[in-house]
Amino acid sequence: MYGYVAKRILHAIPIALAVSLVCFLLVHMAPGDPLTLVLPADATQAMIDTTKAKYGLDLPLPLQYLLWLWGVVGGDFGTSISTGRPVATEILGAIGYSLSLAALAAVIGFALGITLGAIAGYTAGTLLDRMVSAIAVSGVSVPQYWLGIVLVVIFSVDLGWLPAMGAGEGGVLARLHHMILPAVTLAAMPAGIVTRSVRALVAEILARDFVTALRAKGLGRRAILLHVARNVAPTALAVMGVQLGYLMAGSILVETVFSWPGTGLLLNTAILQRDIPLLQGTILVLALFFVGLNLVVDILQPLVDPRMKRT
Amino acid sequence: MTGIDAASLTPPPPVVVAASPGYWTGVGRRLSRDPVSMLCLAVLVAIVVAAILAPWLAPADPSIGSVVRRLKPIGTPGYPLGTDELGRDMLTRLLWGGRLSLLMGIAPVAMALLVGGTLGTIAGYVGGKTNAVIMRATDVVFAFPSILLAVAIAGALGPGVANTLLALTIVLIPPIVRVSESATTQVRDLDFVEAARATGAGAITVVRVHVLGNVMGPVLVYASSLLSVSIILAAGLSFIGLGARPPTPEWGLMLATLRNAIWSQPLLAALPGGLIFVVSLAFNLLSDGLRSAMEVE
Amino acid sequence: MSEIAHPAEPALEVVGLHKTFHLRSGGRTRAVQAVTDVSFRVGAGRTLGIVGESGCGKSTTARLVMGLIEADLGDVRLAGREVGRSAAEMKAFRRRVQMVFQDSAASLNPRLTIEASIMFGPVVHGLSRAEAKTRAHRLLDRVGLDPARFAGRHPHELSGGQRQRVNIARALAMEPEIVILDESVSALDKSIEAQVLGLLSDLQAEMGLTYLFISHDLNVVRWISDEVMVMYLGRVAEIGPAEAIFEAPAHPYTRALLASMPSLDPEARTLAAPITGDPPSPIDPPSGCRFHPRCAHAAAICAATAPELNAPSGDGRLEDLHRVACHMAAAGASWAGEGAGP
Repeated sequence: MYGYVAKRILHAIPIALAVSLVCFLLVHMAPGDPLTLVLPADATQAMIDTTKAKYGLDLPLPLQYLLWLWGVVGGDFGTSISTGRPVATEILGAIGYSLSLAALAAVIGFALGITLGAIAGYTAGTLLDRMVSAIAVSGVSVPQYWLGIVLVVIFSVDLGWLPAMGAGEGGVLARLHHMILPAVTLAAMPAGIVTRSVRALVAEILARDFVTALRAKGLGRRAILLHVARNVAPTALAVMGVQLGYLMAGSILVETVFSWPGTGLLLNTAILQRDIPLLQGTILVLALFFVGLNLVVDILQPLVDPRMKRT
Repeated sequence: MTGIDAASLTPPPPVVVAASPGYWTGVGRRLSRDPVSMLCLAVLVAIVVAAILAPWLAPADPSIGSVVRRLKPIGTPGYPLGTDELGRDMLTRLLWGGRLSLLMGIAPVAMALLVGGTLGTIAGYVGGKTNAVIMRATDVVFAFPSILLAVAIAGALGPGVANTLLALTIVLIPPIVRVSESATTQVRDLDFVEAARATGAGAITVVRVHVLGNVMGPVLVYASSLLSVSIILAAGLSFIGLGARPPTPEWGLMLATLRNAIWSQPLLAALPGGLIFVVSLAFNLLSDGLRSAMEVE
Repeated sequence: MSEIAHPAEPALEVVGLHKTFHLRSGGRTRAVQAVTDVSFRVGAGRTLGIVGESGCGKSTTARLVMGLIEADLGDVRLAGREVGRSAAEMKAFRRRVQMVFQDSAASLNPRLTIEASIMFGPVVHGLSRAEAKTRAHRLLDRVGLDPARFAGRHPHELSGGQRQRVNIARALAMEPEIVILDESVSALDKSIEAQVLGLLSDLQAEMGLTYLFISHDLNVVRWISDEVMVMYLGRVAEIGPAEAIFEAPAHPYTRALLASMPSLDPEARTLAAPITGDPPSPIDPPSGCRFHPRCAHAAAICAATAPELNAPSGDGRLEDLHRVACHMAAAGASWAGEGAGP
């Protein structure tokens, strides 16, 4: 067992390193000099040089990467060009918002997905199944940014029940109030995906011969349900685990629509301002989070499904 | 958060390699009998044709607007779908916007198919170190969630249609590499490929005559399932300021510029996104229908 | 009548072939000794039958001869000349040795028409498409398939027997000297099998082809082969003229194989026990003579050293000799020279 865990971790490390390299190189292929944003147009060469040195932009590329990596490992992601504050501070400030949004979206999406998927799987082929599947495929096809706007139109503009943007001041309740629309928007795609996956799994298990045999033996409904759940759980959990990663790392569009102050909005700001250190740091954190989450799912997978081969 | 995830997590199509021509005609026939798929096909064809014919179909000039006429509602005489925030005719801008939006969705898939398909076939056929290098590189790109990567690349390169196309192509290449590598590996082990090699033919000839034709089917089917994702991503990038730039008409960009209009003309503001939804939905349903048609017992 | 130009030179000679596969399973690499020290000769226009159980290395040997797999050790010689390793030499070699596989459906590209499949090889070797097409049609006719009806069809439209005829035509399209038939008729119905065998025999006489006929069906092998080679676990157990092998098998394994053949002849009934023991695995072959754990006549020496191929008696051309790799037979055990019996 430990061998398997060690193996997965060992496999993830070069991936993480490669990810960091890509993050680093990404922003360095950006055209244009990031310094033009910080310095006035008539800056002297001396000023340019000192600023360059300050941000370490005058060193050879491999050295810059190593320095940056060393800093990252120590928690130093550099300083944001647009705000002047450490990037790490900016990210820490925003990550809580994204995590809470992702968590709420996950709860909504998965609960909906499992329920609908199970219903559709059980009633496979009937009208109910087709309706549920239609809803699921809509969830998968809808552009999040559009769904967000539509929900705002309905619930903020027309009905005035929920706020259109921001995170809200005050306590948890106000926060929650502001979180509902973005979380529902964010939950649409994973709900759709989980529904489709669970539906396929349930339908497949129910169709298997030995389930018919179980029924013939007179096994009650409940027992069959348990049996189905046990068989469906491992794959379903894996799907949900991966979706959680996407919820966290891919929230930029929804956060932009709702001005939700999470890492996604941070990313947006970084792009608009061409704030290289901030861009680098945010992408790195989000990507590594995604890699880490996939690793956790990989490790937990055999625990839930003893049939899985440990290769 | 949209991304390849959707396409790769729904059960993959049975990788039916090396199927006789009769199989594919059967698939086509079954598909043509499915009402939902045919409806989607009709809708898609209508939208694509309308977009292509935009210069002739559009009633007005997409770039001429007048502040006086801004944000007229749907159904205003002379402006069937109203006007946008700068007074430009919505119908015209939607038609013209369709050209760019559809292009930005379809082109990356086509290019990724070309590059990814080639890489995957090489990796699958040659095997060994070449395969390891290509597949490991693919794994690294896969380690990023697709939208994050698309935003990162497009963000780094800067706004503009070309940059967005490049970013999306890069994001779409890895899954296609995986599917074509898997299919090629399966075909390579079949007897007739061995027989072909036994004639002394060179690798390129064997791949061209015997492997490609049998691998193309499942790879094309998979690539088509990426179309809906690609369109949403492309419009999404325009939405956040990358991709198409004003005043170019493009559905995602229009959705962004019309945002403030949701308080006065909500229906109008939601129109561009609605079109993206319809196209994406149609592609997804068609893809589902294709998959069902391919499952023969 | 079936000897070609150089009667002194065997059409095909294989010397000391070795091939070990390295399989990775469960994190460990295991060595599968598929073929160990296999040598044989086949005269021009003759048929060598290769028999043995699954896993004995028959198919691997065939692929080594074809050059589809690279041998660890050993030579393949055509008409006395060694086959070189350069690309040009391999390509020329490929034209002279062709193979007909067992699975008739899997051997044909489902997307190509029959004639396109047959034409592929000749075109690769420089024939124009028109010439290749003519040749394809001629061969289709020769194997009993009307070109007008079959040339434009696809493999899935044909029956198993018809497909195998196409495979034969495809092999012959290269105008080879040697044809390897790897279980080519095993998957066919008996009546079809008989027809295809007859076709093969006619073609051999007509074109002076040399056959390597691999099969587990001893009756068929006996009918078609001039010489027979018996393989066990990657090694040659016994080799010699077909009649000698079938009438007076010298190796205990051959005797057991023949004894297990169903026969309608009441004289051939035997009380001898069938092969005992567990089927072996080429991953970890027994020491010494690989058959010794299952052999009723094994002695101490059998577990210690691997026996060499020896002729019980006689001299003359190597391919006419009846040779066996068995310590007991070499030492003149009682059954050597007798028929298969208790």
